[in-house]
Amino acid sequence: MSKKEEIIRVDHITKRYDENAVLDDFSLSVHEGEVVVIVGPSGCGKSTILRIMNGLEPIQKGEVTYRGEKVDGKLGSITRIREKVGMVFQSYELFPHKTILQNVMLAPLLVQKRDRKEVKEEALQLLARVGLSEKKNAYPRQLSGGQKQRVAIVRALAMHPEVLLFDEVTAALDPEMVREVLDVLLSLAKEGKTMVIVTHEMSFAKAVADRVIFLDGGHLEEEGTASEFFDHPKTERAKQFLHTFTYDKVEREEER
Amino acid sequence: MQNLGIDVLFKGSNMMRLLGGLWVSLRISLIAVFFSVILGVPLGILMSRNSRIIRAITRLYLEIVRIMPQMVLLFIVFFGTTRVFGWNLDAEVASVIVFSFWGCAEMSDLVRGALISIPKHQYESAKALGMNSFAVFFFIILPQTIRRLLPLSINLVTRMIKTTSLVMMIGVVEVLKVGQQIIEANRTSSPNAAFGVYGTVFLLYFIGCWPISMLSKYLEKKWKND
Repeated sequence: MSKKEEIIRVDHITKRYDENAVLDDFSLSVHEGEVVVIVGPSGCGKSTILRIMNGLEPIQKGEVTYRGEKVDGKLGSITRIREKVGMVFQSYELFPHKTILQNVMLAPLLVQKRDRKEVKEEALQLLARVGLSEKKNAYPRQLSGGQKQRVAIVRALAMHPEVLLFDEVTAALDPEMVREVLDVLLSLAKEGKTMVIVTHEMSFAKAVADRVIFLDGGHLEEEGTASEFFDHPKTERAKQFLHTFTYDKVEREEER
Repeated sequence: MQNLGIDVLFKGSNMMRLLGGLWVSLRISLIAVFFSVILGVPLGILMSRNSRIIRAITRLYLEIVRIMPQMVLLFIVFFGTTRVFGWNLDAEVASVIVFSFWGCAEMSDLVRGALISIPKHQYESAKALGMNSFAVFFFIILPQTIRRLLPLSINLVTRMIKTTSLVMMIGVVEVLKVGQQIIEANRTSSPNAAFGVYGTVFLLYFIGCWPISMLSKYLEKKWKND
């Protein structure tokens, strides 16, 4: 894994809201082509890591770098870095005043100043890939949650990012829509895209992850390959956490 | 026709005078709307920031405008300043000042409300696509703000046009005052003029405000789900 180039480096960061440390001396490095999945109980700081990687949250200690360049929301270089680090949010956040196609095309045209014809062609291809060609002239309000999230992914892809950050992208979806979104993520993983994914979908995490990061209370609690972590968790805390996703068959008293 | 008292409108240049009065009303409100927008929008943007001092000052301003009847404001500005500061304000100028003072407060509050109603994530998802703050504001936030703002501010315009009827109290000869003058002048020859003239004034206000109000309704419906 270390043969591949390091893309994002999170170096001993500490993040506090008021007095509470959300992240405490946390480090992580993401290499090219790698799929890192971050799991952990609610409020453990998983989403905050992604937001910090994209310069959306200030940190108190440590440093985040993208290909050696400092990631800081206050620096002018941040827009250039964000072009390369795509992010998809839990609440989709499509732009409601623009059509689906305009949503996808806006940033490539405005930020990257690419050729309109070429951008449109690519946008249409990407929409076709997630099965939403016929929605290109619809407005976000006319789409279901799962469709909106697929558009949000396409919107991020249209920027040709080197890394994609997914922040609980299925958490706001109805169960039957989760699949259509995760299938898109799986196909991206197959292509070898570099991704950092925060999710509560454990079976998906197991299928997609090269590496799993288990976070609890702002600390890195355990780290390993998908099969190591899910089949043979080392720490007590990880065992406990994974146990919350399994249920023992109820044995009725009288049948005993 | 005699009984409705509409005939006076066709005597001499009465109808033209009435329309001239309507123009005075519209002129005062349009100039005031202009100032309300160019002063109220930046003020509203300021108010949407989280500064305690700005919030305290603007809060006070808003409350004063809301609590004080426009008529009292007119009297203070027109009569009050003459005595205290020795200003000899033209009545129409005084009206424009008062209406701008009022409109600016209302406008800034509308702008503030529209701006803070845009979810924080809209800013973030735009930033995450590599847009700078300028692009985020102009391409993402502003269009959405305007959609929320336009129906409400159009409503404000019609309210301002209506309220200009108060300015005759400080001697501005606007549509209502002209109407009164016509009625007074023809008291003996057409005693029913009050109905005809005021009815016409009502109609003029209606013709002035109704299309604006319909536009507001239309836009509100069109953008409801955005």
